[in-house]
Amino acid sequence: MSNKLKVSLSPHVHSGDSIRRNMDWVIIALLPAMLWSFYVFGLGAVIVTLTSVASCMLFEWAINKYILKNPKTTLSDGSAIVTGLLLAFNLPSNLPLYIIIMGALFAIGVGKMSFGGLGNNIFNPALLGRVFLLISFPVKMTTWPVPHQHTAYADATTGATPLADLQGANLGDLFFGNIGGSLGEVSALLLLVGFVILLIAKVISWHIPVSILCSAFVFSVVFYIIQGKMPFADICLLSLKHLLAGGMMLGAVFMATDYVTSPMTHKGMLIYGACIGFLVVCIRLFGSYPEGMSFAILIMNGFTPLINNACKPKRFAKEVKK
Amino acid sequence: MNVILVAVIALGVLGLILAAVLFLIAKKFAVEEDPRIAQVAEVLPQANCGGCGFPGCGGFAEACVKAAREGSLEGKLCPVGGQPVMEKVAEILGMTAEADEQRVAVVRCNGTCANRPRTVQYDGVRTCRIAHNTAGGETGCFFGSLGCGDCVTACPFDAIHMNPETGLPEVDETKCTACGACTKACPRNIIELRPMGKKGRRMVVRCVNKEKGPVAKKACAAACIGCGKCVKTCEFEAITLENNLAYIDPTKCRLCRKCEEACPQGSILAMNFPPRKPKAEAPVAPKADAAAPAVEPVQVVIPTVETAPKEASESPSL
Amino acid sequence: MKTFRIGGVHPEENKLSAGKKIEVMDLPKQAIFPLSQHIGAPAVPCVAKGALVKVGTKIADAGGFVSAPIHSSVSGKVAKIDTVIDASGYRKPAIIIDVEGDEWEPNIDRSTNIVHDTPLEPKEIVARVQEAGIVGMGGACFPAHVKLSPRTPVDVVIINAVECEPYLTADHSLMMEKPEEILIGVNLIMKAVGVKKAYIAIENNKPDAIALMQEKAKGFVGIEVCPLRVKYPQGGEKQLIDAVVSRQVPNPPALPADVGAIVQNVGTAFAIYEAVMKNKPLFERVVTVTGKSVAEPKNLLTRMGTPMSLLIEKAGGMPEDTGKVIGGGPMMGKALLNTDVPVCKGSSGILLMTEKESLRGEAQPCIRCSKCVTVCPMGLEPYLLQKLAEHADWERAEAEQIMTCIECGSCQFTCPAHRPLLDWIRMGKGTVGGIIRARAAKS
Repeated sequence: MSNKLKVSLSPHVHSGDSIRRNMDWVIIALLPAMLWSFYVFGLGAVIVTLTSVASCMLFEWAINKYILKNPKTTLSDGSAIVTGLLLAFNLPSNLPLYIIIMGALFAIGVGKMSFGGLGNNIFNPALLGRVFLLISFPVKMTTWPVPHQHTAYADATTGATPLADLQGANLGDLFFGNIGGSLGEVSALLLLVGFVILLIAKVISWHIPVSILCSAFVFSVVFYIIQGKMPFADICLLSLKHLLAGGMMLGAVFMATDYVTSPMTHKGMLIYGACIGFLVVCIRLFGSYPEGMSFAILIMNGFTPLINNACKPKRFAKEVKK
Repeated sequence: MNVILVAVIALGVLGLILAAVLFLIAKKFAVEEDPRIAQVAEVLPQANCGGCGFPGCGGFAEACVKAAREGSLEGKLCPVGGQPVMEKVAEILGMTAEADEQRVAVVRCNGTCANRPRTVQYDGVRTCRIAHNTAGGETGCFFGSLGCGDCVTACPFDAIHMNPETGLPEVDETKCTACGACTKACPRNIIELRPMGKKGRRMVVRCVNKEKGPVAKKACAAACIGCGKCVKTCEFEAITLENNLAYIDPTKCRLCRKCEEACPQGSILAMNFPPRKPKAEAPVAPKADAAAPAVEPVQVVIPTVETAPKEASESPSL
Repeated sequence: MKTFRIGGVHPEENKLSAGKKIEVMDLPKQAIFPLSQHIGAPAVPCVAKGALVKVGTKIADAGGFVSAPIHSSVSGKVAKIDTVIDASGYRKPAIIIDVEGDEWEPNIDRSTNIVHDTPLEPKEIVARVQEAGIVGMGGACFPAHVKLSPRTPVDVVIINAVECEPYLTADHSLMMEKPEEILIGVNLIMKAVGVKKAYIAIENNKPDAIALMQEKAKGFVGIEVCPLRVKYPQGGEKQLIDAVVSRQVPNPPALPADVGAIVQNVGTAFAIYEAVMKNKPLFERVVTVTGKSVAEPKNLLTRMGTPMSLLIEKAGGMPEDTGKVIGGGPMMGKALLNTDVPVCKGSSGILLMTEKESLRGEAQPCIRCSKCVTVCPMGLEPYLLQKLAEHADWERAEAEQIMTCIECGSCQFTCPAHRPLLDWIRMGKGTVGGIIRARAAKS
C-alpha cells in the first residue's frame, strides 16, 4: 500500500451536511421573494440587491485579509451573500448607493467581523445594518416607493407604509405583496413559500416562526380588546393584517431564525419567538416607530445566551416512571 | 417652604433607610479575606502579566496564601520578580523561601522525523491531548512526542517552539522560567523540569519509552533500549534503570559524559557542553564493532550524538 | 413503528454484505489472543511458552468477577506471551500460538443437530456462560455472566439484533442461518434470570430476518420479535430499552436491571446456546468484511486471534486506495494502526474506507445551528460540552452531564461545520471521570 493509514476517533462517516449547503438553501428560499421584488419595484430593487450583496462580500473579504490577516477567505461559506441579501430585503428600493454601502459596512464590519466572524456574533448582522441606517437616515429609510414603477430608481414616487394605515389596507394586497415597503418584505405569500423550502430542506425547524406569528397575533388581539374601540371580528382582521404587513413575515422566517443568534433548544426557541411577537406588537401599537420587528429581534438576540442557559434540552431519563 | 421641607424629609428618610439596608447587607455578606493577601500583593511587581499561571498578581497572592496555609510555597514563583520577590513573600507568610535552584524545561524525546518514521497519519484535532487518546499517535512509539504542540500553546513566555524539521518541541533556555506549564500540558510527561546545572550543562536521557529494547528500537532509532550500559559506566551511581528506561539523577550526576559515550543508541545527550575535540572519534569505532549485528542503526545514530553538543553550543536552545 | 424517543440520526446504511451466506474462514498460521478482550480485569495466562493446546483449551483465566477467561481457537503450541498492538490501538499483552493441525477438545459437541432442552439449573447456566468466556458481542464486550446475575429482579430480556451501525451484517447473517439456535439461546437467558418475556429487537431494514425470526419464534413461549424503525444509535443499550419497552435507564450508577430489563446481543445469545448445549467455549464469531471498494464483501465465521489482514485477503485483498481500516462500524468503530490486529470477541466487522472517504472535512466555526442538540440521543448539548472541554472547564462540563454521553457520534456526524465534537467530548469525559474518581477516593 502506498499511503499511510489514517487514524482518527469515531465517527468515521459524516452526513455530508455543510455550512455552505445550509446557506445555499437559505438563498434558494429567498429567491421567490427576491424575484417578486424585482417585478414589483423594478430596476431599483435590482440595483439595491446587487449593491448590498457585492459590498457585503467585499467587506468580508477585505476585513478578513487586511485586518484579521486570515490566510483563508471565509467567503466560500456563503454567509456574506445571505447577509447581503437579507440587508437588501430590509431596504427601500430607492435608497442611494452610498447609504447601502454604509449599511453593508456596518453589518459586516461591526455586526459580524468585530465579534470574530461567523458564529461569534451576538446580533443578527443584517438587522444591525438596517437599524443603523434607520437611525442614521430615518427619512430615507421610511419612505418607500409605490409599487410597479419598473424603470425608476432614485426618482421613484414614494408613499407611506401600509402600517401607518393598516385598517385601510387590503388583506389580499398584503398577502400577495401588492404594496409599498422594503424590498423583500412585501409578499407574505412568497416568504411563506421560502419558509416551506427551509422546512423541507431541514435548514430550520418550525418553532421560531410559528411562535412569533402566534404570539404576535394573540398579543395584538389582546391589546386591541383592552383598547376596546372595535368589534371582535374587526380586531381579528386587523391582527391578521399585522402578521402580513411590514417586516413581520420576513423577520419571523428569515431574520429571527438566524442560527447564530437564536436559542439552541426547541423550548428556548418557543420562548424566544413568543417574546419577539410580544415586543413587536408593543412597539407597533405603543412605540414611536410604526415598525418594530428589527428592534424586537435584536432585543431578543441579546437575551439568547440567557435563554440558552435557562432552557436545557430534555435529558434522557429525566422523568423516569418506575 | 412646605414643599421643600417635605422633599428634604422624604429624601433624608429614604437615604437613611437605604444606608441601613446597605450596612446590613455589607455585614451579612461580608467576605472574610486574609489580610496577608493584600500584603503579599503589595510586594508583587503588579505587572499582572499572568506569567505565574494565575489571573494577575492578586490571584497569585491569593494562591500563595492558600499554599502557605497548606504548608509549602513549592512551585509558586513570580517569574518577573524572581527569587528576591519570593523571599519577601515568604517572609510575610512566615515561611522560609525555598532556595529554589534555577530549573529549566527539558524535552526528553529525540524522536525526530528521521529517527522515528511515521507509520500512520493522524486525522483529528491537532492537540496532543486528543491525539494521545486516539491510539499511539502517528509513530510506532507510544511514549514519545506527539508533535501537536500543546506545550507550545501552554507556554506563557514563548519559550518553547516546534522545530518543523524534527517535529519536536525545543526549549529556548533564555526564556524558560521553569513555570511548569508545559510539563502539565504534555499528556505523555515528556517534558521534565531539571536543574539548570553549572553553565547550563547537564546530561539527559532523551527518551521516555518503557518498551522492551527490540520494540522500542523498532519504533525509534534513538530510543533507550534499556541495555544498562550507561548504568555500568556511571561511577557515581547517578543512573537508574527502570522499566527498560534509563534515568539520570541530576543531583548525583557529575557531568563526566562517560554515559554519553557508552550509549549505543545515542539516547543520552550532553547539553550545552563545548564541542568535543576530534579525539572523540576514538571510542566510537570499537562500539560499532561491538554492536555488529545492528551496525546500520548505530551508524545512523552516532553522527547525531556527535553533532548534538555542537549545535547546542551554537545556540542555547535544545 | 417503535423507536427511541430522543434524538437520533439515519446514516446511509450501506449494508453491502447483506444476504451473503456465512463463509468459514481458513485457519491462520499464527493466532494472537490479547488478554484484555473484555471490559474489566485482563485475563491471566494459564499456559506457559511451549505448551500444547487444542481448539477450546482454556489459555487464560478470568482476572476477577468482571472479567472472562480466554480459550484457544486453534490447536498448536504456545509460541510466546508478548505485547502486541490490538484493536484499541495500544500495545497490550497477548498469548501467541503457532497453529498445528485442527484438533478439538473432545468434550465439544461438533455435530450440527440442534439440542433443545437442558436439565441445567439457572445457576449452572450462568456458571457455564462464565466458564465459556462469553462477553457481549456487540462491541462493548461486557462479560455476559455479570449481566446474567442482576442485583435487582428483572422482568424482561431484550435481544439486541438491531445492528444499527451502517455496513455491518454479522448479526443479520447469523439470524438468517441460525434462527433456532438463537431462540434456544434466548430461552436459556430467560431461564438463567427467571424471566417470562423476551423481545428480539430488529430494525425494519432487515425484513427477511424479521419474517424468519417471527416464523421460528412461534415455537417458543414468551419470545416476541419487535420490529423497530431504522434509527441510529438504536443498538445502544439505553436507547434499545427505551425503544422496546419505553423505560429510560437513569444515569450511572443505575444499570438496565434497575428498570427491570436485561439486554444481550443476538450473537451473545447464539454463543450462550453453543456454550450450554454444545459445550463449546467462545472462540469463533461472525465478522463482516466490507467497504465500498472491497471486491467481495463477506460475512466470515472466524476463529479468534486470526489477523485481520487474512480476512481482508479473503474478501478480495486490500484495495489500492484504502485510506482507513476500521475495526467495527463507521460510527463507533476504531481506526486500526495496522491490519495485523487479531480478531477478538468484540470484533463485529472490518470496514475499509477509501482515501477519499476517510478524510474528515475541515472544521469551521460553530454556527450554533443546534442540529447536534436535536440529534443527541441523551438530550445533551454537544456544542457546549465541546467548548467546555476545549477550555478545560471541568466543573461546568460535569454539571452539564458530560458523563452521560454514550459516545455514539451522532453530533459529529450531523455537524454542518464538520466540528470534531466527539473528539473533545470524549477527552473531557475522560478527564471529568478522573476528577470524579479522585473525589470519590478522597472521601
